[in-house]
Amino acid sequence: MREMPRSALSFQESQPARPLGLLAWLHIDLPLLTGLLLLAFLGLAVLYSAGDQQMVLLNKQMIRLGVGFTAMILIAQFHPQHLRRWSPWLYLVGILMLMAVILFGEQGKGAQRWLDLGIVRFQPSEMFKLSLPMVIAWFLADHRLPPQLSRLLAAGLLTLLPVLLIAKQPDLGTALLVGAAGAIALFLAGISWYLIAVVGLSLAALGPAAWYLMHEYQRQRVLTFLNPESDPLGTGYHIIQSKIAIGSGGVGGKGWLNGTQSHLEFLPERHTDFIFAVISEEFGLVGVLALLCLYLFIILRGLYIASQAQDTFSRILAGALSLVFFVYLFVNTGMVTGLLPVVGVPLPLISYGGTSLVTILISFGILMSIHTHRKLLPT
Amino acid sequence: MPQSSIKDHLYESQLFLSRAIVSGILVIMVLLLLAGRMFYLQVASHDHFTTLSKDNRVKLQPLPPTRGLIYDRNGLILAQNLPAYSLEITPEKTPDVDATIQALRQIITITDEHIQRFQQLRTQHRRFDSIPLRVRLQDDEVARLSVNRHRFPGVDVKATLLRDYPQAMQTAHLLGYVGRINERELDIIDISNYSGTSYIGKNGVEKSYESLLHGQVGLQQVEVNAKGRVLRVLENRSPKPGDNLHLFLDMDLQRIALEAMGEFNGAVAAIEIKSGGVLALVSKPGYNPNLFVEGISTEAYAELKNSIDKPLFNRAIRGQYPPGSTVKPFIGLAGLEYGVVGYHQETYCPGYYQLPGKEHKYRDWKKWGHAEVGMKKAIVESCDVYYYELARTLGIDRLHEFLQGFGFGQPTRVDLTGELSGLLPSREWKRERRREPWYPGETLIVGIGQGYFLSTPLQLAAATATLANQGHHIRPRVVSLIEKRDGTTQKSPKIIDDLKQLDPIHWTQVIDAMTQVVEGLRGTARSIRSENYRIAGKTGTAQVFSIKQDEEYDEETVAKRRRDHALFIAFAPVEDPQIAVAVVVENGGHGGAVAAPIAQKIMDRFLLRDDT
Repeated sequence: MREMPRSALSFQESQPARPLGLLAWLHIDLPLLTGLLLLAFLGLAVLYSAGDQQMVLLNKQMIRLGVGFTAMILIAQFHPQHLRRWSPWLYLVGILMLMAVILFGEQGKGAQRWLDLGIVRFQPSEMFKLSLPMVIAWFLADHRLPPQLSRLLAAGLLTLLPVLLIAKQPDLGTALLVGAAGAIALFLAGISWYLIAVVGLSLAALGPAAWYLMHEYQRQRVLTFLNPESDPLGTGYHIIQSKIAIGSGGVGGKGWLNGTQSHLEFLPERHTDFIFAVISEEFGLVGVLALLCLYLFIILRGLYIASQAQDTFSRILAGALSLVFFVYLFVNTGMVTGLLPVVGVPLPLISYGGTSLVTILISFGILMSIHTHRKLLPT
Repeated sequence: MPQSSIKDHLYESQLFLSRAIVSGILVIMVLLLLAGRMFYLQVASHDHFTTLSKDNRVKLQPLPPTRGLIYDRNGLILAQNLPAYSLEITPEKTPDVDATIQALRQIITITDEHIQRFQQLRTQHRRFDSIPLRVRLQDDEVARLSVNRHRFPGVDVKATLLRDYPQAMQTAHLLGYVGRINERELDIIDISNYSGTSYIGKNGVEKSYESLLHGQVGLQQVEVNAKGRVLRVLENRSPKPGDNLHLFLDMDLQRIALEAMGEFNGAVAAIEIKSGGVLALVSKPGYNPNLFVEGISTEAYAELKNSIDKPLFNRAIRGQYPPGSTVKPFIGLAGLEYGVVGYHQETYCPGYYQLPGKEHKYRDWKKWGHAEVGMKKAIVESCDVYYYELARTLGIDRLHEFLQGFGFGQPTRVDLTGELSGLLPSREWKRERRREPWYPGETLIVGIGQGYFLSTPLQLAAATATLANQGHHIRPRVVSLIEKRDGTTQKSPKIIDDLKQLDPIHWTQVIDAMTQVVEGLRGTARSIRSENYRIAGKTGTAQVFSIKQDEEYDEETVAKRRRDHALFIAFAPVEDPQIAVAVVVENGGHGGAVAAPIAQKIMDRFLLRDDT
C-alpha cells in the first residue's frame, strides 16, 4: 500500500505523483539502488577471494545482504513523518540499551559491547549511527535555523550522552564515530563557522588531556599508529602487512584470486576490516579508483536527495546519513592505508559482518523514504 | 523555549544547500587525498613494496622463551622441560593435507584421535602456521620420517621442549599442568608475548604464576625466499626465559601423606607455622598431569571427568567439608574470651541436649553421656552436649565474629587459583541466601561444626597454624622463592594478619586441652601419642547424611560412600610449634582412628628427619 501524504490536497490524489511502476510503488530510488547493488556484488567477489574461496562465508554474507536489502525496502515504505515521530523513542531505547550493556553486557577482548537478546546478539552502539542523526534532526527541525545557542547546547548534550556511554564500554573508536555523526548533523543544521572554529580549537587543546584518560590498549594503538614498527608482532603488524599488500598491487593489480599477500602471507583480518587491502592488491590503483568513484556517486546522490528534501528534518537527516556513510568509508580506508590509527571499522557494504551492513542499508532505506515521499508541488 | 520566530523556509533551505555543497566539496577533497595516498603506495613506492612482498621478504620469527622450572624445598625438581620431537604440518605448504596424513600413517603411528585434535587446532590457526600432528615421536619414527621427508612438502619434524612433571600424580593438583592455549585464553593473554608459545598454565601453580613462569618472547628477523626458506638471520633478540620457582613443599611429606591415605580418598594440608609455607597439599585421588601436556584424549578425559572419585577435583582447596568437632577448640576459645564460660566450669551431659520448651533432642555421639564435663574434658573426649550449651550461650553472632578471625568462611588467599571459601553461616547469610530467619537450633549444630558450616582442608590447616601461633596469622603460601634468570632471587611476601589480642591464659588452656586429646587416657587421638615430641590435636567426624530422631546409627550397615568423613587437625611440637596439619579422610569413619595416624606420619617425618 502506498501511503499518501496526510496533508495532500485533493487534486494531487487524482494526479499520480510520480510515474507509476514497480520501483515507484516500492519507494525505491533507482540510482541509489544501482550503486548499492554494484557495491554489494563487488563485495561478494572480493570476499570470495579474501575468504580463501570458502562458500560458507559467502553464503552467510549473502543472507545478511538479503536481510539488509529487505530492511532497506521496508523502511522506505514509511513516510518520513513516521520516522520523525519515532526519533526520540529510538534514542531513548538506545540509551537504555547502552546502560544495559554496561550492566549486563557480554565481555569480549576487554570491552563490553554485546547485548544478548536470546535470539540475536546485538551491539546497541551500532544503532546510534542512525538514531543520533535522527534525534538531532528531530530536535532542531521544529525551530528556526540556525539554532539558538541554548538549543545547540541541548543538542550537544544529546550527542554527548551516548558518546560517553559508548566510551565507557570502552569502545573509543565507535564513540568517536557516533560523536562525528552528531557533529555532522549539527553542522548541517547551520551552526556558525565561528562556533565551529571555537569547538575545533578547544578539541585540539583537549587532545593531551584525553591521553591521560585513555586505556592502556588505546594508547598503544595511538603509539603504534605513530610508529608501526615499534610493535611488529602486535598491532603494528596489521599496518605493515596491509601497506605491503596495497603497495605491491601496483597500477593494475595482481588479478582476482591472485593476491599473494592476502592468500599466501600474513594479511590479518583480510575478509573483515582489512578487506580494502585485498581489493588494492588484486585490482590495483585502477580498481581502487573505480571503487572510490562508486562510493562518491552514492554519497553525492545522498547529498542530492538531502538538498531536494522538503522539510528541515528530512534535509538534516538525509545529509547526515550520507556523510556518516562517508566518514565510515574514510576511517576504514584511512586505517588500512596507514593514514589513520587502527580503529575497528568495517569497509561499508564490503567487509564481512552483519550488524554494520544492516545499519547502513537501513540508513539508505531512510534516504529512499525521504526522496520518494515528497509532495509534488503544483508548478 | 519561545517560538517567537517564524521559520523562514527559503532561508533554511538555502542555508542547508550551502552546507551540503561545502560537505560535498570536503568529501571530494578527502577522497582525492586518499587517491593521492593510494598513488603514493601503489605507484611511487610500488617497487619497494613489491620487493618486500616477493622474492626477499623479511620475516619475523618469534623465539619462544623457556618456561621456568619448579622445585620443592629440597631442590627436587617438580616441573621441567624435556626435549621432544614433534611432527608438524603447515597446511599452506601442503598440497593435500588429508592425503598427506593418510600417507604419513603408513610410516608412523597416527591415531584418529591425533587427526581429530589436529583438525581442531587447524581451525584456530592461520594457514601458514605450523600445526603439530603428533608429539613425542620415538627415535625410530624420527629416522623413518627423515628418510621419507622429500615426499611430504610442508611436513616438518621439530625439536621442541615439552613440559614434564616427574612426580606426576603426586603433585597434580598443586602444580596443575600446562596445555594448549584455547580461544578463551587468547582473549586475555598478550598476543605478542605468546606468539611463539603454544602452552599456557591451566591450573595450580602453573596457572597462578603463569606470568613469571612464561618469560619474554624473543625475536628473530630473517630474510627468506619465496618458498619460505631462511636465507640469513638479520637480527636476533634472545628470549628471556621464565623465572624458576622454589616451593615450600616438601616432596617427602607429600609422598608420605599420599601413602598414608591408603585406599581412602580425601585431602591433607600441612603448613610450616613460622612461615605460612605449604609443606604438603594432597588431594586424593590424583591424575597424571603429563597426559594433559600433549593434549589428553577424549576418552581418557571423559573417564577422569566422570569417575565417581572425581580425581580432577582439588579437594585440598576446593573440597568443602563440615569441619565437625575440629572446631571445638576454636569455639572453646571464643567461650573463654567472651567470658561466657570458665575453663573449669562444669555442665552435666546426659547424652542429649534440649532447647528449653522444645521436644527435639540434640544427641551426643556418646549415647549415655559424659556426666560432668568441663572445657578440658569436652575437648579431650569431644563432648557435643557441652558445645551445644556453649554455642547457645555465645549465640550465632559472636560465634560468627570470632570464627571469622581464624579465617573460616573466607578464602585463605593462598597463591593458587580456584580456591573456595567454605561457609561460615550467619544471620545475614541466611536471610540473604535462604530468605529465612536464623533458628536457635542451628546455632547448636554450628557449635559442633555441622549444619551449614563448611571449610576446606587448607582453611583448617591455616586456622590450626594460627591457633598454634596464638593468634599470629600468616597467610598460607606455596611459593617461597622466585629465582630470576639474571641470578637474583626474590622471596615471596609474608603477609601477616594477626587476630586481635586475646588473653594468653586462654590460649594455654585450650592448647593444653588439645594436648590431652593425644596424651590423655581418654583422649580421642591417644593412639598417636609420641615419645619424641608433644602433639596438640583435635579429632572430628563429619556427617555425610543426617540421622533421624531416635534412629539407631550403625556404621556397618551404612554404605561405604555414606560413611562419615574422618577429620583431624594437629600441630607440633606443643612447646615450639613448627608444623600444622589438617587431614580429611572421606568416608573414613572416626577421626581418631583413621585421620590422626596420617597426620602423625607427616609430623614424624618433618620433625624427626635428622634422626631417621
